Amino acid sequence: MFKKKNNRFGETIVEWIFRLSGGATTLAILLISIFLFTEGWGLFKSSTVEKGYVLCVNRSNKIKNLSPKQIKEIFDGNITSWKEVGGENIPIVPIRMDDIMAKYTDEEIGANYEHLPEKLSEAVVNSKGALAFFPEQFITIQFQGRVLPAQNITPKEYFGGKEWFPTATPAAQFGVLPLILGTLWVSIAAILLAVPFGLAVAIYLSEIANGKVRKIVKPLIELLAGIPSVVYGFFGLIVIVPLVRSIFHLPVGETAFAGALVLAIMALPTIITVAEDAMRTTPRAMKESSLALGATHWQTIYKVVIPYASSGIMAAIVLGIGRAIGETMAVLMVTGNAAIIPHTLLEPVRTIPATIAAELGESAVGSVQYQALFMLGAILFVMTLGISIWAEIIRKEPRLE
Amino acid sequence: MQTKKITSKRASQSVFFILFRLMSYLVVGILFCIIGFIVIRGIGVINWEFLSTAPRDGMTKGGIFPAIIGTCYLVIGSMIVAFPIGVMSGIYMNEYATNKQIVRVIRVMTNNLGGIPSIVFGLFGMSLFVNRLHFGDSILAGSFTLGLLALPLIIRVTEEALKSIPDTYRQGSLALGATKLRTIRSVVLPAAFPNIMTGLILSIGRVSGETAPILFTCAAYFLPHLPTSIFDQAMALPYHLYVIATSGTDLEATRPMAYGTALVLIVIVLIMNLLANVIRRRFSK
Repeated sequence: MFKKKNNRFGETIVEWIFRLSGGATTLAILLISIFLFTEGWGLFKSSTVEKGYVLCVNRSNKIKNLSPKQIKEIFDGNITSWKEVGGENIPIVPIRMDDIMAKYTDEEIGANYEHLPEKLSEAVVNSKGALAFFPEQFITIQFQGRVLPAQNITPKEYFGGKEWFPTATPAAQFGVLPLILGTLWVSIAAILLAVPFGLAVAIYLSEIANGKVRKIVKPLIELLAGIPSVVYGFFGLIVIVPLVRSIFHLPVGETAFAGALVLAIMALPTIITVAEDAMRTTPRAMKESSLALGATHWQTIYKVVIPYASSGIMAAIVLGIGRAIGETMAVLMVTGNAAIIPHTLLEPVRTIPATIAAELGESAVGSVQYQALFMLGAILFVMTLGISIWAEIIRKEPRLE
Repeated sequence: MQTKKITSKRASQSVFFILFRLMSYLVVGILFCIIGFIVIRGIGVINWEFLSTAPRDGMTKGGIFPAIIGTCYLVIGSMIVAFPIGVMSGIYMNEYATNKQIVRVIRVMTNNLGGIPSIVFGLFGMSLFVNRLHFGDSILAGSFTLGLLALPLIIRVTEEALKSIPDTYRQGSLALGATKLRTIRSVVLPAAFPNIMTGLILSIGRVSGETAPILFTCAAYFLPHLPTSIFDQAMALPYHLYVIATSGTDLEATRPMAYGTALVLIVIVLIMNLLANVIRRRFSK
C-alpha cells in the first residue's frame, strides 16, 4: 500500500519534469527576445558623441543640438557653414584636441596639462564659428565656451541612417539602412536564383524521375543540407569569387552577386526537399482523373500537382528566404563586407549577420557599438520570427480542391 | 486538327520535361562539384599527422588535432544539455499534453526556435552565458549555446518517433496494470529508441559544423594546449576553417590545411548521415 503511494508521488514528479521540459523552447524564445532587446535598447540611452568627450561652441552661437550625421559631415569637411545646420551664416571651424596640441608647445600646455583647460577655452572664445571636440575632463568652471547638451541616439537615426561607421569619431554612425538593404539584396537575389532550379528539381524528382533515381538523389540532397555553412563559404571564396571577378571583369570578386550564388546553392536543398514532399502528397486519384480526362502528364503536373502543393511550395520558398537572411559565415566570407548602400549586385555589400559576426569580437561589452550590434540581432530575430510564422500560416491554409 | 493539338501538347510536355531534367542534372552536378572539389583537394592533406598533431608555423603545417578535440567536447557538452530536455519535451508533447492549444503553441515555438539564425544564438549566448552568468568564453558557454540550437531538431524527431508507435502498445501495457510512466519507460521509449537515436546523430552532425554560435562564446583562434576544464576556451573545426581560410598571414600556404579541414567537416556530416540511415533501416524491420 505504502509502496503504491510512493510510486504515484514519483510519477507526479516525473510528469512535472516532462511538463517543464515542454516549456523549454518557449522559455528560450522569451529569453532570447528579452536579452536581445534589453542589451540593444541601451543604444537609445547612449550619447551620440563618443563617451568621455563633449562638443563645445562659442557662446554667441545659438545652435541647440547636432545630429550624429551632421557632426560627422562637419568634421569630414562636407558641411562648412553653421547655416546648413540651422544657425547663422558663419563658417564652421572644427577644432580637435590634435589641433590644440599642435598649436602650442609642450611648455605652454604644461607638463601635466595644467594650462590645457585655458587654451581650450581660448580657442573656442576666439573663433565665433568654433565647434570643438574635447575630452570632458579638461572642461573646467573657467571654460568660456558653451558645451552642447548631450544628445541620445534616436531610433529614427538608427533605423533611417544611411551610414554605418561604428568607430568614427567624434560621432559614431549607426545607420542600419545599408545593412538591411544589403541583407535583402543578397537574400532576394539568392532566392530568385534558387527557386526556379529548386522547383525544377522537385518536379523532376517527384513526377518525372523513376523511383530508383529518386531513391538515390533525394537522400543525397538532404545530405547536402547538412554540410556546414563555413564549408560552402570556403568553396565560394576559392571558386565562386574568382569566377565572378573574371566573368564581370571586376576589381574584386567579393560582391553581392557572389554571396547570392553561394546562398542560392545553400538554399537549394531546403527548397527541393520541402517542395518535393509537398508535391508527393497529391492524392493519386486526383492525378489519375486528370490523366483519364486526356490531359498529358505535364498538364497534370501544372494544373493538378502544383496547385495542390502550392501551399507547401510557398512554405519551401519562405523557409529558403529565412535561411538566406540569417546565413552568417558563408556570406561573411564572400560578400566583401562594405557597409554602403548597394546600387548594383556587382558591388560589395554587408549583411546584418555578417556585421554582427565581424564586429562583435572587437567591441567592448556594454559599449555603444555592442548595443548597436545587439539591436541588429533584435532586428534579425524579428525578421526571421516573422518569416517562421508566415511559413506556419501558409502551411495551415486550406488546400485547393 | 485534333492530332495537331495533341502533338503540340506532347511537344510542350517533352520540352518542359527535358528542361527540368537538364536543370536537375545541373543542380545535382553543381552540388557534387562542391563535394568533389573539396574531396580532391583535401584528400592528399589528410594523414595521421594531420589528424593527430597541433598546427605549427603559423597554421601552415601540422594538423588540426586540438580543433577535433574541441569540437568533440562541444558536441558532447551540447548533447548533455539538449538531449534530455529535448526528449522529455517530446514525451510531454506526445504522451502527456492533453490541451491541443498548448501543444500547438509549443510546436509553433519549437519551429520558431529552429528558424532563428545561428548568429542570434551567438549573441544570446554571449549575453547570457558568457557575461551574465560569468561562464566566460568557455566550453560550458559554447555547449549551452549550441545545445539551445539543437533543441528544436531533437524535439521534432522525438515527437515523430513517439507518434509512430501504435496506440495498441500503450493500451496493452496499461491493460496489464502498468502505470503511465512505466508504459512510457518500458514500452514506448524502447520502441521509439532507434528513431530518437537518429535525431541525436543528426543533431550531432549539425552542431559539429556550426560556427556563428561559438564565435563569441567559446572558440579560440589558437591554443597551445588542450582545454583541461569546461571553463577553458577551445578550438573548433568550423571556426578553425574560417580562420585559416580568411585571416592567415600567408593564405596560399594555409590553403592545403583549409582543404583538409573542410574535408574532415564534410566527412563528419557524411558519417553521421550514414549512421542515422543504418540505424533507421536496421530497426525499422
